[in-house]
Amino acid sequence: MSAWLEASFATHRPRAIAALTRVFRDIDLAEEAFSEACLKALEDWPKRGLPRDPFAWLLTVGRNAGLDRLRKAARRAAILDANKDILDMTGDAPPPDPDALRDDVLRLLFICCHPALTRQDQLALALKVVAGLTVGEIARAFLVKPKTMEQRLTRAKKTVAATPVPFETPAPAERARRLGEVGLMVYLMFNEGWSGSEGTVQIRPALCDEAIRLARLLLELFPGVSEQAALLALLLFQHARAPARIDEEGGLVALEDQDRTLWNRAMIHEGLSLLQKAERSGANGPYRVQAAIAAQHAVAHTAADTDWAQIEALYSTLYAMQPTPVIRLNLLAARARTEGPDVALHEMEALATDLSGYRWFHTMRGALLLETGDPESARAAFEAALDLGPTGPERAAIREKIALCKKSS
Amino acid sequence: MMYAILIYGESGVFEQLPKAAQDKVMAGHSGLQQALGARGDYLSVKLMPPSSAVTLEPAVDDTTPPLVLDGPFAETKESFLGFYAAEFESLEDALAHARRISSPIARIEVRPIHWAGGVLSTEREDVGMA
Repeated sequence: MSAWLEASFATHRPRAIAALTRVFRDIDLAEEAFSEACLKALEDWPKRGLPRDPFAWLLTVGRNAGLDRLRKAARRAAILDANKDILDMTGDAPPPDPDALRDDVLRLLFICCHPALTRQDQLALALKVVAGLTVGEIARAFLVKPKTMEQRLTRAKKTVAATPVPFETPAPAERARRLGEVGLMVYLMFNEGWSGSEGTVQIRPALCDEAIRLARLLLELFPGVSEQAALLALLLFQHARAPARIDEEGGLVALEDQDRTLWNRAMIHEGLSLLQKAERSGANGPYRVQAAIAAQHAVAHTAADTDWAQIEALYSTLYAMQPTPVIRLNLLAARARTEGPDVALHEMEALATDLSGYRWFHTMRGALLLETGDPESARAAFEAALDLGPTGPERAAIREKIALCKKSS
Repeated sequence: MMYAILIYGESGVFEQLPKAAQDKVMAGHSGLQQALGARGDYLSVKLMPPSSAVTLEPAVDDTTPPLVLDGPFAETKESFLGFYAAEFESLEDALAHARRISSPIARIEVRPIHWAGGVLSTEREDVGMA
């Protein structure tokens, strides 16, 4: 029973914390109040049955629990200063206006994107406050000690408290800006879990799962913002491949070598529906284009079935929006399939300075040189990649390629 | 008589459950599916999350096309998650089957079917872009 209720609390948490933060103007108190409401629910619901509106129940009980604490605590003065009518509240908490609630959830996430925080601390704070992960879980996700994470979170909370974000309804342009920042944070949270920055752990599924949950939340709150549907579609396409990405020895399996029957079909289907929905309401931003690229891979039954011409065209579109060397490199990876490795290798020369420190530049060059029948140069390229400190599974994959070059030369 | 077993709950809660609890739920569903399959045709449907939906608002008159909205708007209350449909001997029989998939946070409604038709399965479905 409690596993069920806890799962239910987790889905209510972002909205409840956002609504309680509006009441108390204090994130810590909102978190404490919500935890207390959940404890009461664990006692009360099994006895009396599920309330008709569990969210409203949690909100009323949470608000009253927070008020009790406030009446006793020294925090009173500071909080009452910001919100002086608060102690007069009685009875049921009024159901929050849906528009105000979604701006409150957005605000809460936007607070976590505070520019004074490092990207990792932004993610850690969102995982703690919004997703409700324990400090231990977050520490594990970032491969640090729980105590270190605890200190980092405390410091992060102090930093964000120092520059409060106003509670007024944001103007449409400001709302769009916040949504853009928050969407980017969700995207980076997924990537952090997907690629891993240090050590031998390559994939940290907790980060990917939480990023997908947050992307779902944003889409629920802003169903009319089609780039949000595209972002969720993109993450689902990527995550669908997770079961095929790591082999039994913990090695990383390249996209073209993955057993595609292991891909999660339900996620791919959901991604396709969301992408179509996003496209019919006019999405054409970077997430839409990236999702469309991921979709092309997702629907190809074998690597050989991949429609590289479509992918090349989509990367050209993406490059026009974001002219970065890495996107150019992806475009050339597709071009190597449509026009051959020589063309791609030639065009890659222009990127050599910008991407000399980027492992994938060298591994891609190595693979293309091997294809053109130049194992000696290929080997040099793979060795350059090895010098750039790849993580465990990636290192093993590069070593394998070097062995292959030696055999071919 | 045909009955539908309709499942309402909070979308996303199942995905939040620990693996052991998920397995228990799935065991209930596969038990029900086996029991229904052994007796004849049945339909089982799990819907994708409400956020993937598109809504056609009722047209004001027959000259105006219906307004198309992206999704049902943010709802914190329970939503329609999926359903079963099959032939049952009696209401008691339908209820006995519905009990197999009962869980602490889902509301299950057993409702007689007035009319049903068609044949449907995603099992053989191919993924496509079209």
